[in-house]
Amino acid sequence: MTKIDTSRPETVLPTPSHTVGPFYGHALPFTGGGDIAPVGHPDTIVLQGHVYDGEGNPLPDALVELWGADPDGNVPRVDGSMLRDPASGGFLGRNGVEFTGWGRVQTDASGHWTARTLRPGARGRNAPYISVCVFARGLLLHLYTRLYLPGDEAALAADPLLGQVDEARRGTLVAVDEGNGTYRFDLRLQGEGETVFLEFR
Amino acid sequence: MTLTQHDIDQEIAAQHAAYEKRIADGAPVEHQPRRDYAPYRSSVLRHPKQPPVTIDVTQDPELVELSSPAFGERDIAEIDNDLTRQHNGEPIGERITVSGRLLDRDGRPVRGQLVEIWQANSAGRYAHQREQHDAPLDPNFTGVGRTLTDDSGCYTFTTIQPGPYPWRQHLNAWRPAHIHFSVFGTAFTQRLVTQMYFPSDPLFPYDPIIQSVTDDAARQRLVATYDHSLSVPEFSMGYHWDIVLDGPNATWIEEGR
Repeated sequence: MTKIDTSRPETVLPTPSHTVGPFYGHALPFTGGGDIAPVGHPDTIVLQGHVYDGEGNPLPDALVELWGADPDGNVPRVDGSMLRDPASGGFLGRNGVEFTGWGRVQTDASGHWTARTLRPGARGRNAPYISVCVFARGLLLHLYTRLYLPGDEAALAADPLLGQVDEARRGTLVAVDEGNGTYRFDLRLQGEGETVFLEFR
Repeated sequence: MTLTQHDIDQEIAAQHAAYEKRIADGAPVEHQPRRDYAPYRSSVLRHPKQPPVTIDVTQDPELVELSSPAFGERDIAEIDNDLTRQHNGEPIGERITVSGRLLDRDGRPVRGQLVEIWQANSAGRYAHQREQHDAPLDPNFTGVGRTLTDDSGCYTFTTIQPGPYPWRQHLNAWRPAHIHFSVFGTAFTQRLVTQMYFPSDPLFPYDPIIQSVTDDAARQRLVATYDHSLSVPEFSMGYHWDIVLDGPNATWIEEGR
């Protein structure tokens, strides 16, 4: 049943997704999960927001993963996001020097998440963005979206995905500049102002 | 009025019948659960109502989503894949060995990628502050493991058979025993969080979470196979569970051209 015969492609079918459930908190979050930016890096940006359900209530049990290019638009190939202490097995936090491009944060009791990362550079015809993946109790299959940074209106106007999205909903993909390198990006899973979510084919 | 198992059973049957009808009418097989599966009540306010916007990855091989974060040996501690050795004493319960391959949808092994697991202890209790089930905690079992897949895409964990646990969605709601898995592929589009079950669990028909996968064959792919060759003499029962990642990756684009 679950021994896949790779010599028969018709039997290689996807493993279904399930919800992350309520009890991932002792397993998936790790020290320094949102401290993606190397310490003191001049391109550091702060990202923060809330995750809301269809009644506008915040989710205290959502998990947000961020994955983005470095400031030159290159994909990081560096490991070490969750450095470990060989003696205790605990998490050490990142080394503050290398940029892995990936982070994982959980929402707090008020549904708020925050992360510090580097301002991504553009790749190809795309405006600079960070890929966002959301997991939550109640969400049977995770959701992808993108966090675009405001400022370069020409780049945003030329972005292939943003051009595909209905103008009324485009704003849900662009973070709000709150000054001092801080950007707000709220995720609304349902209802008024519902975030644009993506599927890849 | 109290929501009963009978109410949920009827909803599960209705969803299954609706899926069978869609298939009979020519709709494609659904390998993934629908996010708006109401028998699992927590989904009701947490699924988008707008359809997703589709990105055709073949139009742009440079998309950052076609690459994946990297993990290495410094992200893993020595005994992370042996959940029975993480404390001073032996955990209570039946030791099991769970092993399998991480594959992409072309059947190619995914090498050197992160596999994380978490689970309840043998009494069905999670080592989590918010857990309300009053089954005993095991001071020698946290129920968290990590490993990297090897050069053939294989992972292996040594752990304890988890117990079923009550979860209060409706009266007498019990989750079948399961292990949560979180895995990465070669592309961020292949990210997967799911749950592995054990063969012939009598709770399957009653559980709206496993039944959210309405396709019978797809649901079976969540169930591990007992594998005597993985059982360790005088030590553990062996289970085999291969994972196939959905979602396109960069090699898939090359072949698709």
